[in-house]
Amino acid sequence: MESLLPILLILIAAAFAPLLQRVPGRVAGWGLALLPGAFFIHFLTLLPAVQNGGERLFTLPWIPTLGISLSFRFEGLSLLFALLVLGVGALVLVYAGGYLAGHARRGRFFSFMLLFMASMLGVVLADNLLLLFVFWEMTSIASYLLIGFYTDKEKSRRSALQALLVTGFGGLALLAGIILTGVAGGSYDIAALLSSEEALRTHGLYLPALLLILLGAFTKSAQVPFHFWLPGAMAAPAPVSAYLHSATMVKAGVYLLARLNPVFGGTEEWHYLLTLAGGATMVIGAFLAAPQTDLKRLLAYSTVSALGMLVMLIGLSTDLAAKAAMVFLVVHSLYKGALFMVAGVIDHQAGSRDVRELHGLARVMPFTAAAAFLAALSMTGFPPLLGFIGKELMYEAKMQAPSASVFLLVAGVLANAVNIAVALIVGMRPFVGRKPVRPGRAHEGPVSLWLGPLLLGLGGLVFGLFPSLIGRTLIEPAVQSVRAEHVDVALKLWHGINPVLMLSLLTIVVGVLMFLLRLRARRVAAELRVPELLLPGGLYRRVVDALPGAAGRMVRHVQSGYLRAYLFTILVVFILLAGYTFLKLPGWPIDTGFGDVSFYSVGLVVLMIAATIMVLVARTRLVAIAALGVIGFGIAAIYVIYSAPDLAITQILVETLTVLIFLFVIRHLPRFGVRSSVPTQLRDAVVAVFSGIVVTLYSLKASGVQLDTAISTFFAENSLPAAFGRNVVNVILVDFRAMDTLGEVTVLAVAAIGVYAMMKLRRGNGRVS
Amino acid sequence: MNVLVVLPILIPLVSAVATLLLRSSVRAQNVIGMTGSALLLAASIWLLTAVHDGGILVQQLGGWKAPFGISFVADTFSALMVLLTGVTGLAIAIYSAAAVDEPRRRFGYFPLLHILLMGVNGAFLTGDMFNLYVWFEVMLIASFVLLVLGGERVQFAGAVKYVTVNLLASMLFLIGAGVLYGKTGTLNFADLAFKLSQTANPELVNTSAMLFLVAFGIKAAIFPFFFWLPDSYPVPPAAITALFAGLLTKVGVYALLRTFSIIFVHDTGFTQPLFLVLAGVTMVVGVLGAVAQSEMKRLLSFHIVSQIGYALMGLGIFTQLALSGAIYFTLHVAIAKAALFLVVGYVARKRGHTALKQLGGLLRESPVLAVLFLLAALSLAGLPPFSGFFAKFTLVRAGLESADYVIVAVALAVSMLTLFSMTKIWGEAFWKETPGGVPSADILPPAPTVENPLVTVYPTLTKASMALYFIPMFLLVAVTVIMGLAAEPILQMTGQAADQLLNPTLYIESVLGVQP
Repeated sequence: MESLLPILLILIAAAFAPLLQRVPGRVAGWGLALLPGAFFIHFLTLLPAVQNGGERLFTLPWIPTLGISLSFRFEGLSLLFALLVLGVGALVLVYAGGYLAGHARRGRFFSFMLLFMASMLGVVLADNLLLLFVFWEMTSIASYLLIGFYTDKEKSRRSALQALLVTGFGGLALLAGIILTGVAGGSYDIAALLSSEEALRTHGLYLPALLLILLGAFTKSAQVPFHFWLPGAMAAPAPVSAYLHSATMVKAGVYLLARLNPVFGGTEEWHYLLTLAGGATMVIGAFLAAPQTDLKRLLAYSTVSALGMLVMLIGLSTDLAAKAAMVFLVVHSLYKGALFMVAGVIDHQAGSRDVRELHGLARVMPFTAAAAFLAALSMTGFPPLLGFIGKELMYEAKMQAPSASVFLLVAGVLANAVNIAVALIVGMRPFVGRKPVRPGRAHEGPVSLWLGPLLLGLGGLVFGLFPSLIGRTLIEPAVQSVRAEHVDVALKLWHGINPVLMLSLLTIVVGVLMFLLRLRARRVAAELRVPELLLPGGLYRRVVDALPGAAGRMVRHVQSGYLRAYLFTILVVFILLAGYTFLKLPGWPIDTGFGDVSFYSVGLVVLMIAATIMVLVARTRLVAIAALGVIGFGIAAIYVIYSAPDLAITQILVETLTVLIFLFVIRHLPRFGVRSSVPTQLRDAVVAVFSGIVVTLYSLKASGVQLDTAISTFFAENSLPAAFGRNVVNVILVDFRAMDTLGEVTVLAVAAIGVYAMMKLRRGNGRVS
Repeated sequence: MNVLVVLPILIPLVSAVATLLLRSSVRAQNVIGMTGSALLLAASIWLLTAVHDGGILVQQLGGWKAPFGISFVADTFSALMVLLTGVTGLAIAIYSAAAVDEPRRRFGYFPLLHILLMGVNGAFLTGDMFNLYVWFEVMLIASFVLLVLGGERVQFAGAVKYVTVNLLASMLFLIGAGVLYGKTGTLNFADLAFKLSQTANPELVNTSAMLFLVAFGIKAAIFPFFFWLPDSYPVPPAAITALFAGLLTKVGVYALLRTFSIIFVHDTGFTQPLFLVLAGVTMVVGVLGAVAQSEMKRLLSFHIVSQIGYALMGLGIFTQLALSGAIYFTLHVAIAKAALFLVVGYVARKRGHTALKQLGGLLRESPVLAVLFLLAALSLAGLPPFSGFFAKFTLVRAGLESADYVIVAVALAVSMLTLFSMTKIWGEAFWKETPGGVPSADILPPAPTVENPLVTVYPTLTKASMALYFIPMFLLVAVTVIMGLAAEPILQMTGQAADQLLNPTLYIESVLGVQP
């Protein structure tokens, strides 16, 4: 229940949040923060329950037919993520209250944020993979609505769509991957899969399932080449960037990988795919970050880099790497969430996010500056902050990596060095130096704006000084979930002078150098224009922009608007399908008993064929209609020959009326003429002849095949004794099959309504009363 | 006597006659139109519960035992489809009272609406091939008149394509029924299934099966027979399009599912791959058509085509889960699509047009409408936790479990494009602001002229007519949400329906009263 209840309550809050429009923004922010805040504290009290692999399962049936259940599992990894979601969430809500204090649509904003919070909580607490997927997609929807929150800006809308399509694409792959996992592993419940993981790993579907799930995780966690949506998502308001796009949602992919590690991990495929993708993302993200000048874009690319590090660490599949991953996860959420909020405050209070314009803000925004310094220090990995511990662990894990450890270390030092430069650019540079350009304007924001970043920044400091606060209580159970075995986690700030420390120092030196060389880096990047199309983002844009046009050309071809083309296609397909099934039938039981055909019949048929040709070659409508009439009366005569007088009479009536009506309307029709070219006519003739052949063969076959006695004998025998009618046809129409007649009568009635309405209700004919 | 089985055609017939008799009073027509639909819904719920609890219900019309008379059969599949008619019919009837202009209502709109409902239910309930043909004719003529009602030039252009292609379908259907009768001497579904199961050469009817495939394929608007749909559906007022979108093509789907599961099952080595190919191409062509459009009604019309592919996919996979998914999907898409067309109708009423480029600002102006649209659109795109997700999930899972990987990949890719085109509507009509400045909240359509008398002066929407617009939208959107959240009971029923289709013994027994 402790899983479902918070999700439900937050969802309910989301439903009612639009009503908060009338409440001042800051009040609403503080008020709403109480909800995740309370759950955060409650979850803290549950920490002891997850020690040493302790867990709580909670299951309610939802859709058993499909294998979807409301099953939640409460254990180390889930709890770590849930605490991040709730803790950062509460602070971000307070922050959002200040950030959007006067915004006209803040109620809606809170609603989306809470929707996201509930969904994200669902992702990290769900034990059933399909339930997880439901929440996973809900986070994508919430993210779409939040990125596009500034609806009047084209850029917001485009970025929102881009994020939705990229993560949506991954989502569909993930869905297929989950289903394949279910096929191979026999269950959608992680708890159950954990016990059948050996069977799964040796199953033929293991690799396809793995690849599909990785697609899902990689798109969500912005791994190269899907990373481009994340910088685009910076069009969202700052609270969104701080919450979804640094601390929580983008880590859903990482969470999924960590969660599935005991099930899927341990294979070579897993190891190489993850380290490769993660390593590439780590390096590429860092180098894309270096030349940026916009605060949020700098942070976004460095987030990409950090997500790469996390994926790589999980791929290393060692105890140490898992430990490093969990610690770095916390470190990153603390400092990146803080820095994004700081970027928002700067934008909000100083009116710019361009690092080239920002300096000296510490004098006017002391609290914000303090928060930024703390977060940046943690990001650089400077002792005694938690970031230092995280980095040490990471280097240690890489050193002990099963393979390619040198390569990983070099890549790691480079990426970390760039991240140090970014930390200095974002967290230090705007606050030091000359007085701000517009001193009158930039000023410290209200408490709500700086409290969140400051607390997160302080978190980095406190946990760095006292790592045991989180080591055994929080990190250890999470590592145990990832490794599926107990791993001792004793975090220490100081490990003594060793190679790892040397690496850390080296990184800091390189990082500071990079910071000093940042102007040059920007120049180089400006000259180094990579063709847009080669970049995944450019490719995406190209495809999305070209899609409607290309689809339109295709559709104009298929959906030409010409009735003739439609009929042509339908008939050709009919001929092919019917002809094929006919030909593949062994031995055609065709009735060839033409022996007893009478002289009259032959004469009639010849006459009708002549009339048909007449219709085709007629130069005026009158002739064509007369010829059609001949065909109709010929059919009537055939009915007479085969002794069906009722049918013959009906046919004669219908034919007479048809010809008469035609003659009435003929003068209203446009001029008659042959409009198609000779090849077209030939083509149409071929189709017509083949249609005729197919139908003729069918009819012949039908009379050749007699699977059973027809029901007609019953009608003949029962017409008089049971239905009291001598005329069998009449009895069929009004008794045996009266429902058909009711239907046909209705058809006539409707036709009458139609004719009446068409005559009365049309242009210029008393339409408006 | 199981009167219950014929109530779904009797009630609309009575409503049609009553509204026709009272055609001078628009108010009376409104009342009867809505009451009749409400009664129909009640009857269909009653029917479904009866079938669910008591098994297949059969009514031999006129007391002539099968196969000599006409049997009306309500199994779970039929009963579910009748319920769909009930829900859609009620929503449209309420909506029409506000959204369909007075001249159309004076000239037979409501009688036609109810006759159409009657035809649809007749098709769902009949157990006789020729009788099915008759109901197709009833639907065709009623829908044709609804298409041309109003007499606008553009209506005729669309309606002529509609009626011509559909008459071709009727012709093929009739030939098929004739040939089938010639071969088997019977028209009764159960009797056909029974006789074919008894004979040594059931493949002799395979050729006729192709006639039905093309005929029903045209009705269901699958590739390559769908052309009539995108040319004709966008033409009439949205209420009528919503009705068509919800029900007409679904009758084609129903007929395909019904006949190719209990009658034409002797050549599955050919028909199943064929259905899968047709399903895949239908999805792709339809969704690309939608992606290319920039007018809401046309865009959504192409989506109807695309979505039919999913139902067909279930028929091609042909497992219990797949058929269950196909039926669930059909129910889902009818509701979601009708809901979307109702939203479009309101947009058209508010702005006088539905061209995406010129639209905008609807989120700001009408947040409630925006939410309704968004929920229906996300459901259509197959996102959880709405009905569309569970429908697609069921089909995708069925496909993966039978290793039909290609169709699954196509289905997922098409989902993506569906989402893309839905966000196009959302972004253009709801998110962005109206290009060239903000329009007044209610742009009234131009006043009628001698040139263009059809444009009626709409009075500003009163509270009452606002309610008539929004209640049906709420109803349908609520159904799609509930179908998602409470998917289990519905999947139980569609699963039961699929079981009955895959094991026709019960159906045959119930109708013929014999042990086959």
